[in-house]
Amino acid sequence: MTRTDPVPDTSGPGLGSGDPLTAGLAGLAADAPAGLLDRIAARRVHVPGPLDDLQVAFTDHGIAYLRAGMDEQAFTTAFRARFARPLLPADRPPSGLVPALRTGRLGRLRLDLRGLSEFEAAVLRAAATIPRGQTRPYAWVARQAGRPKAVRAVGSALGRNPVPLLIPCHRVTRSDGAVGDYVFGGDAKERLLRAENVDLDEVAALAGRGMQLVGSDTTGIVCYPTCGDARRITPPHRRPFRNLAAARAAGYRPCLHCRPAQPEPA
Amino acid sequence: MTVTDEALPHTAAPGTGTGTGSDAADLPGPHALRGSGQAGDASGGAGGAPGEADDTARDEVVTALTGDLDTGFAVLYDTYRGAVFSTALRLSGRWAEAEDLAAEAFLRAYRALCGYGPDRIAGLRPRAWLLTILMNLWRNSLRTAARRPPPGPLEDAPDPPDPAEPVEDTAARHETGRELAGLLAGLPAAQRAAVVLRHVTDLPVAEIAIVLDLPEGTVKSHISRGLARLRTLHHTQGGTP
Repeated sequence: MTRTDPVPDTSGPGLGSGDPLTAGLAGLAADAPAGLLDRIAARRVHVPGPLDDLQVAFTDHGIAYLRAGMDEQAFTTAFRARFARPLLPADRPPSGLVPALRTGRLGRLRLDLRGLSEFEAAVLRAAATIPRGQTRPYAWVARQAGRPKAVRAVGSALGRNPVPLLIPCHRVTRSDGAVGDYVFGGDAKERLLRAENVDLDEVAALAGRGMQLVGSDTTGIVCYPTCGDARRITPPHRRPFRNLAAARAAGYRPCLHCRPAQPEPA
Repeated sequence: MTVTDEALPHTAAPGTGTGTGSDAADLPGPHALRGSGQAGDASGGAGGAPGEADDTARDEVVTALTGDLDTGFAVLYDTYRGAVFSTALRLSGRWAEAEDLAAEAFLRAYRALCGYGPDRIAGLRPRAWLLTILMNLWRNSLRTAARRPPPGPLEDAPDPPDPAEPVEDTAARHETGRELAGLLAGLPAAQRAAVVLRHVTDLPVAEIAIVLDLPEGTVKSHISRGLARLRTLHHTQGGTP
């Protein structure tokens, strides 16, 4: 360690305190800005909602993760495995989250969907458009997401929904009348749908007879049975149909609100 | 598929040979110290009071990380955010870029920690380790920037004001700071890194040697040449603006 150093204050602390240059350099130290930690770490919080033990993780981009029925340890572990980001407790839920869970409307609440594939994001965007109290088949979501034949892949993508309830993947049901799978289990899915006044019994009864759609013989329009327009059709005018082709053959056109789809041959 | 907003976890966090004694043997990883380490020199600090304070902070961070990774990360962040951000700010010369670099460095550190066992965490020297990650990110950003067209005059302005700082404070601090921060950009990368780590971040030379993966003598000569050059630049540019 030969010192060829012409300046006497490069090595030891405590030396060179009189040098204006090194004093100036020391003055260039700056504390990290207040918002920096929020760019790195997500926050977690318990929230009330339609399911028990809801926990939510959010970042500076929005709500990133929602799970029910987990303890804090399990939630943190699951979050870490999926997002590999630090997760720290929050004092309170982000504004808009609790109302969004209560009403089912997001309002200005933002979702952090970074890290999803293009297809997964398209599936979730499609599912997000299903109104409260209504259901759509997996095939409908596949068509809305631009991949009409990827019905099974839709099921997987919905199963990976990071923010169930906020993106209502529970409103996507099987076309045979069963509610189908759900992140939190089929029972929870049925409870949620009944709480939104979906007439699951009528849907099952129709499906049991092989009927997927309901038309009105006064308007000549055919809908999914849970569509708001279909529910207004009075019993004497309700006409069940097996599928869109049968309805079209009878001179009906598809509803512009629920947009019933022709199932693709697999 | 792992859902993250950027690269896979654990890909780019460098392992650094900062362990003491026996721990140095079980530091794996392709990015571990390229040369033989100055690891031995670093243990026990550089001597003197600042070294002891650093050691206390280091022990608290390591203890917290051993307990719970997320709580420990919060302690790690609180302890070293100033060192990491200051270094990033004075290396890059731009506030926004410094935020990006510092955030990315901490995130990569967390992702690396997820894969570390208790032994490896116990042997960690967190400040040198974090700054090594930052230094690699900064070098990568320089390489990327070299391939892009040069920035316009507006983007090129060094050290835009801290948006969170009142204007008067900024003006007062920048009286001398702005000029000096601008001069730092005139140093070659190796000298700038050594000068910033020594005199802005206030690291002992032994720790800088670890961060930069250079012999201590080389670090010292980078520092003294850097300072000499800063003095020359200061005089040729005619003192205060």
